Amino acid sequence: MTHLPRRLFLKNTLATAVLVGVGSTGLFRPGWALAAEWPKDAFAAKQLDEAIRAVFGPGPLSPSTAVKLRVPTQAENSAQVQIQVLAEMPDVEAIAVFVEKNPSPLVAHASFAGAQGFFSARMKMGQTSDVVAVVKAGGKLYTAKQNVKVTVGGCGG
Amino acid sequence: MADIDTKIRTKTQGGVTDVLVLVSHPMETGQRPDPKDKNKKVPAHYIQKLNFSLNGKEIASTDLGPAVSKDPLIGIKLKGVKPGDKIKVTWSDNQGQSGSGEATAG
Amino acid sequence: MKKILLILAAFGVAAGTMPAAVADPASDLKQFQAFFKKKFPTVPFDEYANGLYILPGMDEYRAQWDLINEFPPYELGLTLGQRMWEKPFKNGKTFASCFKNGGKNIAQGYPYWDEATQKVRTAEMDLNDCLKKNGEPEFTDLDKNQGERVKLAQLTAYFYSLSKGQRIKIDLSSPGAMKAYEEGKKFWWQRRGQLNFACANCHMDLAGKNFGGNQPLSAALGHTTAWPAQRLEWGRIETIHQRYKTCNSQVRAKPMKHGSEIYNHLQLYETYMSSGLPLTAPAMRN
Repeated sequence: MTHLPRRLFLKNTLATAVLVGVGSTGLFRPGWALAAEWPKDAFAAKQLDEAIRAVFGPGPLSPSTAVKLRVPTQAENSAQVQIQVLAEMPDVEAIAVFVEKNPSPLVAHASFAGAQGFFSARMKMGQTSDVVAVVKAGGKLYTAKQNVKVTVGGCGG
Repeated sequence: MADIDTKIRTKTQGGVTDVLVLVSHPMETGQRPDPKDKNKKVPAHYIQKLNFSLNGKEIASTDLGPAVSKDPLIGIKLKGVKPGDKIKVTWSDNQGQSGSGEATAG
Repeated sequence: MKKILLILAAFGVAAGTMPAAVADPASDLKQFQAFFKKKFPTVPFDEYANGLYILPGMDEYRAQWDLINEFPPYELGLTLGQRMWEKPFKNGKTFASCFKNGGKNIAQGYPYWDEATQKVRTAEMDLNDCLKKNGEPEFTDLDKNQGERVKLAQLTAYFYSLSKGQRIKIDLSSPGAMKAYEEGKKFWWQRRGQLNFACANCHMDLAGKNFGGNQPLSAALGHTTAWPAQRLEWGRIETIHQRYKTCNSQVRAKPMKHGSEIYNHLQLYETYMSSGLPLTAPAMRN
């Protein structure tokens, strides 16, 4: 499921009413919807690529240094790993965060209509893994990734 | 109990406002064994939608999953926020519960 | 366990030096604080109130700690503690009525020797006592009932937050206090458990090192300043006695009871050893 078809599906749902309201304030952007339903398939996807496609559709992914990913190289605690994504290019529409080796890689997805291209959260990691940020800006997809080491266990009481 | 379970902090510096929201929520994945019954798992219970609005206009919408940490902290940045502007966060979870919080920019 | 023993052998773990047997807390304190100044010459004294994050080699964890402090999760529990503190009892009084100065700027003197009852008293005990005096149910079953204990921890955290920044100052002038201090000191330096560790081994000699995988060890200096604290490991505010229990379990020693006299005395000794450091409770910890 990608952004564009989902907008068409929402014709007869409550979300449409919200879309109309948002549209009238001039904040509505074609191609994606702020009030879209929770992307169930994307969160259920078990592989990184599958999860990325479920959120963003088939477009090419370009690694970009304009996507600044701030994560620790060694996480202090695997259940509270802090991530910040700063997208420095113009027209940032959405940011999504993935942990490649998590059972379901998609952690969170943020869509913007007025807010800056920035998203931060705390997340759980099951094991050492690449953390991947995907940014949609100006209709194109950009990525950045970093490996985060996680030590599970130890003597924590 | 919006006051307790959804807290918002804002900080404006150099024309950019950081908005941080901290929600009291278990964010259960549904995989954790029930401490009281090893044969059962604690049911999944996590925030799915968390939206931000500025003076009544929705400016960011997030989809969250169970990999987001317990007591989730979500942060966004805004420009052009003036003192007195109202920032509101609303959220809903997979068990049909919801909450909200409000803050006034300083 | 075998890996841990190998690591220990590699470090040549010694017990440190237990101070002389004759009771002289002031001299113990000088020796204790000097140990850390010598071991970590670049760490300013006040920084010890910030836990393991300030030790050399902990920069990466320090950066994560600084970030989480922008909006620390303990704020949720602290607000719950504040509501408990401010909510009037059935008789109309509040917790503030049980404490000097309405409970503000006094936590730096806890735990204290109570001459009247000839016992060391902790903040948790005084808060429970306040409930009892005002006809309200106390927090009980703290060893087994996590819900009760966490509520008390949140309330105690709020109590301590009213004294944030105040420097620890424990009064040991009475003979009873000295005796309790000596018991706490003995417990601190005594090896225990299958791993045969004393508190001193991990928190003096091995301070700043990683133990058995991912358990970085804090310096003992400053230990009590953050408590009640929220550990990343637990995701909730907890009491210092709960930490004593789990720490004892970690060296495979039988934990004492929450609120036991020996833990009260240990807390007295540990807190005295951090004399002069500012209170930061509640704070985030590993």
